[in-house]
Amino acid sequence: MHRLLAGLGSLLVALAATAAGAQETVKIGIISSYSGQFADTATQIDNGIKLYMKQKGDTVAGKKIELIRKDTGGIAPDVATRLAQELITRDNVDILAGFALSPNAIAVSKVSRDAKKFMVIMNAATTVIITMSPYSIRTSVTLPSIGLTAGSWAHKSGVRKAYTMVADFAPGKDAEAAFHAAFKQAGGEIVGSVRMAVANPDFSAYVQRAKDLNPESIFIFVPGGAQPAAIGKAFAERGIDAKKVKIISTGEVVDEASLKGMGDAGLGIISVWHYDYNLDSKLNKEFVAAFNAEFKRNPDFFAVGGYDGMHAIYEALKKTGGKTDADALVNAAKGLKWESPRGPMQIDPETRDIVQTIYIRKVEKVGSELRNVVFDKVENVKDPGSAGKK
Amino acid sequence: MAFVLFDGFAYGMLLFMLSVGLSVTLGMMNFVNLAHCAFAMLGGYSAVMLVNHYGWPFLATLPAAFLAAAVASVVFERLLYRRLYRAGELDQVLLTIGLAFMSVGVATFFFTSEQQPILTPSYLRGSFDVMGVTLGAYRLFLIAVGLAVAVLLALTIEYTRFGAQVRAAVDNQRMARGLGINVDGVFAVTFALGSGLAGLGGALAVDRVGLDPHFAFAYLVYVLIVVSVGGLGSIGGSFAAAVLLGISDSAGKYYVPEVGSFLIYLVMVVMLMWRPQGLFGRR
Repeated sequence: MHRLLAGLGSLLVALAATAAGAQETVKIGIISSYSGQFADTATQIDNGIKLYMKQKGDTVAGKKIELIRKDTGGIAPDVATRLAQELITRDNVDILAGFALSPNAIAVSKVSRDAKKFMVIMNAATTVIITMSPYSIRTSVTLPSIGLTAGSWAHKSGVRKAYTMVADFAPGKDAEAAFHAAFKQAGGEIVGSVRMAVANPDFSAYVQRAKDLNPESIFIFVPGGAQPAAIGKAFAERGIDAKKVKIISTGEVVDEASLKGMGDAGLGIISVWHYDYNLDSKLNKEFVAAFNAEFKRNPDFFAVGGYDGMHAIYEALKKTGGKTDADALVNAAKGLKWESPRGPMQIDPETRDIVQTIYIRKVEKVGSELRNVVFDKVENVKDPGSAGKK
Repeated sequence: MAFVLFDGFAYGMLLFMLSVGLSVTLGMMNFVNLAHCAFAMLGGYSAVMLVNHYGWPFLATLPAAFLAAAVASVVFERLLYRRLYRAGELDQVLLTIGLAFMSVGVATFFFTSEQQPILTPSYLRGSFDVMGVTLGAYRLFLIAVGLAVAVLLALTIEYTRFGAQVRAAVDNQRMARGLGINVDGVFAVTFALGSGLAGLGGALAVDRVGLDPHFAFAYLVYVLIVVSVGGLGSIGGSFAAAVLLGISDSAGKYYVPEVGSFLIYLVMVVMLMWRPQGLFGRR
């Protein structure tokens, strides 16, 4: 029995060795939340990946790109860790990518660091993630860069008393801290703030609390999904008028589906964000048309994160000539600059985090549809957290 | 203060409609139906499809959502559930949780994983000011529907022939059969009624909590809390528990937002320690 096992073992080792020797493919392990509450996030990231590969082909630097997808089923750091380990030891992947959710990205960062694998964060937006592995880059957005931009813009636009409402988890706290810091530094006063439970279907009471303090502006962050429309309706229902009180939000609150759900209650909401399918550029129009032809829906910021993440992988592989060791790839990715559907963007050569244009938009009626219309922008916004800490 | 009561009561009505069907099937038929919210989801998707793609007025979709969920549930009851009435709880849980998972897959296949927005008519949006209290129009509507459902149900169970049969079948199944009551038929209709109410609740919930394939699980926890706090099989209990939980949720968020939505669980724990059988539970 022991000899049989030993024999089988050596056979497997030999097989693995041949597989490694004949490597003409680059394997990318995609870890994302394909099922459960965040399934749509993962689907849109995946659509971005698929579209990029369809447009640019599946061969880069002479090697074929092969994707292996793994589902975490939601927020599950332990599952994500196991999947990353399996991908590396069993499937021999060269690159880890995806990451819809911050807790999962944090867990896998440790695997990336220890196993020395290049890691591309296509969505997870908590600042610290990028510092947890020296081999990771991010192609989405960070909440501090949004909160900071929103805070200083709010003050510039004449707001002196603001209230903040954020979802009570890491990205929400990031957004809150950054908004408070920027707004106070500019000379504004935070009259109150609330952290709202993440799994929460009813916002009315939170909104009433804000209304009681009579602020000039309210800053909101809630994760995408069902909540944005619910909070928008709560504002309308509790009689807060976006024309009198400046409601400033992140992009999730006014994404396509939630604007449809909110209807005219959404009119006048100002949002600070890096991407929207209505962005007026030639590149974005082509991107949206191609995306619609392929998936019969509009891309969102999740999709553009996946699309740009694939671009970063392709460009890094081109620079290394197809070499996949983590040091070579991450060095190749540092400082990459390109024109994305969202506008010009760059991987910060120092922090490996994203540098991009942040747009200030307002919900207006265009024809019969509600849209986010860009009226201001801030270029080359870096994440303040990772820029400070490195 | 008044607004906390009003908002909480409206939220409670939503919880009541989503959960009363489960309370009925669990208490009367002793059947653990964890796919209950899948029927609610079916109601939700029916309403969304009819409004967004076929241009039905929102109000007309509500009975349609009730019917869709009721009819679908009868099919499942006759084909699958019926075989497990006398089986152990674990078998029932495994079957129904499996169905719930399948419903998520089926919904994703047909409707994708996207959020499905529903545009309610303008008279259900916005709010009125009544004596200094801001009342949301949709919440008023929820309260009206919730109260109507509660009264109708109570009257049906208490004063109709069918209600008497249901009560008889629940109290003593063998005796009821002996008296010539078609217990199987009564159960099938009760089950359809419960699932239909879930469908109605699902359709009404879309505007409040959104709709995606995850719905089948997302609100199952709240529904189970209402059922266990209210007591199995008690319509009045579900009503009282839903109102209690809705108001405490609303009050918690307003007065002590640091505790957030944890309060709803705290209330459940305290209530169950005080009355393990639920507010109006008999067992």
